[in-house]
Formats: sequence, structure tokens, C-alpha cells
Amino acid sequence: MTRDLVVQFLAQGAQMTLVLLIAPLAVGVVRRVKARLMRRQGPPLLQAYLDLAKLLRKESVIAEGASWLFRSAPYLIFALTWVAAALVPSFASGLMFNWAADVVALVALLGAARALLALAGMDVGTSFGGIGSSREMMIATLAEPAMMLIVLTLAIAAGTTRLAGVADFFIAEPFAVRVSMALSLIALVIVALAENARIPVDNPATHLELTMVHEAMVLEYSGRHLAVIEAAAALKLVLYFSLIVCLFVPFGIAGPDAGIPAFGLGVLAYLAKLLGLAVLLPIGETSVAKMRVFRYPLFVGSAFAAAALAVFLLFVSKGF
Amino acid sequence: MSRLQFDVAHLLAGGMLVLSFALLYQDRIIAVINVFALQAIALSLSVAWQALVQNAPHLLVTAAIALVVKGFVVPFFLQRIVRALQIHRGIEQVIGAGPTMLTGLGLVALSILLVQPVGEVSIYVREDLAFALAVILLGLLLMITRRNAVTQVIGFMSLENGLVLAATGAKGMPLVVEISVAFSILIAFIVFGVFVFRMRERFDTVDVSALDRFRGERRDVA
Repeated sequence: MTRDLVVQFLAQGAQMTLVLLIAPLAVGVVRRVKARLMRRQGPPLLQAYLDLAKLLRKESVIAEGASWLFRSAPYLIFALTWVAAALVPSFASGLMFNWAADVVALVALLGAARALLALAGMDVGTSFGGIGSSREMMIATLAEPAMMLIVLTLAIAAGTTRLAGVADFFIAEPFAVRVSMALSLIALVIVALAENARIPVDNPATHLELTMVHEAMVLEYSGRHLAVIEAAAALKLVLYFSLIVCLFVPFGIAGPDAGIPAFGLGVLAYLAKLLGLAVLLPIGETSVAKMRVFRYPLFVGSAFAAAALAVFLLFVSKGF
Repeated sequence: MSRLQFDVAHLLAGGMLVLSFALLYQDRIIAVINVFALQAIALSLSVAWQALVQNAPHLLVTAAIALVVKGFVVPFFLQRIVRALQIHRGIEQVIGAGPTMLTGLGLVALSILLVQPVGEVSIYVREDLAFALAVILLGLLLMITRRNAVTQVIGFMSLENGLVLAATGAKGMPLVVEISVAFSILIAFIVFGVFVFRMRERFDTVDVSALDRFRGERRDVA
């Protein structure tokens, strides 16, 4: 029993460090693949780590009139995102905190981080920060209902909103064609694109453009604050990757009572799946154009429609 | 009916419903026609799957009619009409795509609730009826939210897709009924085509609100 607890504790710790360590690498892979698709050389894979190290060494310039909120927000955002990312089961479902790894809790953690970021964007009082915050909130009001409906779909299908429970349920189920799951996958992908400021909604590579959202909010940050915010953004990307992988391709995740070898296999499977998504994302991004801001409600709203349809379909096939 | 058979039928019928939503979402007329063709192809696959599952070879005829006529012939002629009329740009909508989609979701919920009390049938038949009713209602919604006569025709044809889906899900639908339905749809399509061209000749537009003005209703619109 005590050994069990130790293993669980170590596995949870390993997951926390794993997501933190690979997050910049995932960003590096995405950037590299995107550059190659545009026939550019692209930065080296480890560039994101170097950037973070550089930013951490630099002086942090804080605007005049910035309140305590502006200074503390980056650390809080980072902490909230890290906790959320550590909760999503990546390579094993029997982790120590898996009772807390509830999708609703996840949405709440991310919502808190987003609210802080929006407040920090408005704190200094520049017009760019205000635009970014208001747009971020608009996207959030559209994406969060869709996210909650996706949660509802999973809750109806698997009978639980615990991520580990859902993953275990789908590993145990025989393979089947599920329309409602496909629809909620589409919805989740759209939500993930919107939340991570990826291309149809926001351009992560842009700087000083009227249409930017995330960059506009963090425009005033520099030095270690910026480093922490960038790290949080990378963590959020990995979090959504892990969420998609855990809910829709859970194969290879070590079960609740697995030993060390199963954990090793789980880590390998997880990294392979992550790599797959990190290659698919830039392919998708380069094949579509950025949308006008006025098109966002329709685009993110279609995620809501898809998720609602998934719930309805599940109701029909399961009965009331 | 085994689990896999059920799943595939669910997939195809659900796909038709999703394509109905895609019809509501699109705001370019050529794209609407293409989505309609896709829906017809999904319908023919669904009917063909029913033919296999129910062991009813005559359904294959229905599937073939749906595939050839609605999947290829009708979209081809609609494209030609649209090009001939030179209206392949935007489409006017009475209300925007967002509210339309929300109304559509409401209609899907309504059709599920309506079908729910139909007891004493297998879950599959009930589900098929719910999907079909939803496709029919979404077709109607497309007809009333668009002003363009060509899009209204597509709404009508999509509605008919829903009818065929409902009919083939239930066992023992005679072939003669299906053929006569398909034939009447074809006639209706020809009538629509003539109507669209006549309207264009008379009013220089395919916006049906021109008819209201012509009848003397809605004088306020210039």
C-alpha cells in the first residue's frame, strides 16, 4: 500500500515535470514544421528554451502606473496553467491527483488564468491591451459553452467527468464508430484553436497587428514576466494536446494498477501522439487563412453547434 | 441489428444531419450546392446500408436514384442555372447564420422530443425517425431563411432527402411509392427551374421578395 502511494506520487511528479519540460519543445516542433511548410529554414527545435533562458536573464521593464496585479498575474497564470496541465492524464491514468482531474475543474482553472490575463492586459491602460482583453473575453464567452457541452457529452458517454475515468472507459470499450464522439472532437479542436490563439482565430507569429489577441494582451510584458507568460502559453498548448489525446486516442495510457514498464510505454506512446499533433497543427494552420474578427462568433459558434449536436445524438442513441 | 450495423447507420444518418447544418452555415451559393450534393451522397450511402442490413435489394434502386439524380444531375444543373444567371456570389439571408444555427439546434431538440414518445419500436427506428424529422425541419428552415429562389429549391430538395431517410429506415416501404416520390420531386425541380428563369426574365432578380412587391404587399420596400 505504501509502495503504491510512493509510485503514484512519483508518477504524478514525473507527469508534472514532463509537461513542463516538453512544453517549449512542442512549441519548437510546431514552429519548425510550420517554417518548413513555408519553405523557410525555421529556428532550431530548442529555440524556445533558449528564448526562455534569455528572457529570464533580461531586465523586466514595468510601465509606470502598473499595479501589483500586473506584476503578480504572470506567476498566477503560470501556476494555474501548470496545475491544469499536470491534471490531464498523459501517460498513466492512476495518478495521485486523478480524483481532482475533472474536466469541469480544468475549465475553471483555465478560466481563472484567462481572467487574470485579461485583467493584466487592461492594467497598464494601453489601447492594445484593452483590445486584446475584450477580444479574448469575446472568444471565451463563445468557447466556454462549447467546452461545457463537450464535457456533457463525455459525461453522458462515460458516466463520469473525471478525465482518468473517461480514458479508462474508452480503453475498455470495444472499438466502435461514434458520431457524437467525432462531433465533440471537432468541437474540441475548434475550441483548442481559439483558446491557444492559433491561426484561423489569432496568429501566434504576429507582432503589432490590429487583429492580434493574445500578443496584444501581453504586449507590455518583458523580461522574466514575459518568459513566465510564454511558458504558460506553451503549457496551455501541451495541455490541449494532452486533452485531445487523453479523451479521443487514449490507447497506450497505463491503467490504474500499472507498473514501471507500463509507465515507460505510456510515456513513449504519449510523446509519439504529441508529436503527431504538433505536426498536424501547423499543417492545418498553413492550409487556412486567418479569419476576420467579425467571423469569430460564427466559427467558434460552430463548435458550440457541433457539441450540442453531439449531446443530442447521444441522447437519441442512449435514450432518456 | 448488431452493434456495428447500428453504429454505421447512426454515422450516416448523423452525417446527413451535420450536412444540413453545413447548408445553413454556408453563405455562398456554389458551396450550398456542393454541400447539398454531399448530403445526397450521404443519403444514398445510408439507403444502401439499409438495403444490406434489412436484406432488401429494392432499396439499392432508391440509393442509385438518390446518388445519380440528387448527387450529380441536380447539382450539375443547379450549377449551370447559377452560372447562367450570374448569381454565384453571396446569398441574402433574412436572418444571420448564427441565429439560424441556434434555431436549427432547437429544431433538432424538438424533433428528438417529438419522436421520444413513439414507444414500442426498436431504438434504431426511433433514432432514424428523429434524424429524418430533424433533416426535414432544417430543410424547411433553409427555405424560410433564404430569399434566393435557388437556395430555396435546395432547401426543398434537402427536405426531401429527410423524407427518403425516414422512409427507408422503416421496414416494408414499397418501391413504387419511392419511385413516385422521386418522380414528383423531379417534376417539382423542373417547375422550380422554369419558375426561376421566368422570374429572372420578369424581375431581373431571383430574390423572392420581388414577388411580394409585385403582388402589392410590402410597398414600403423600394
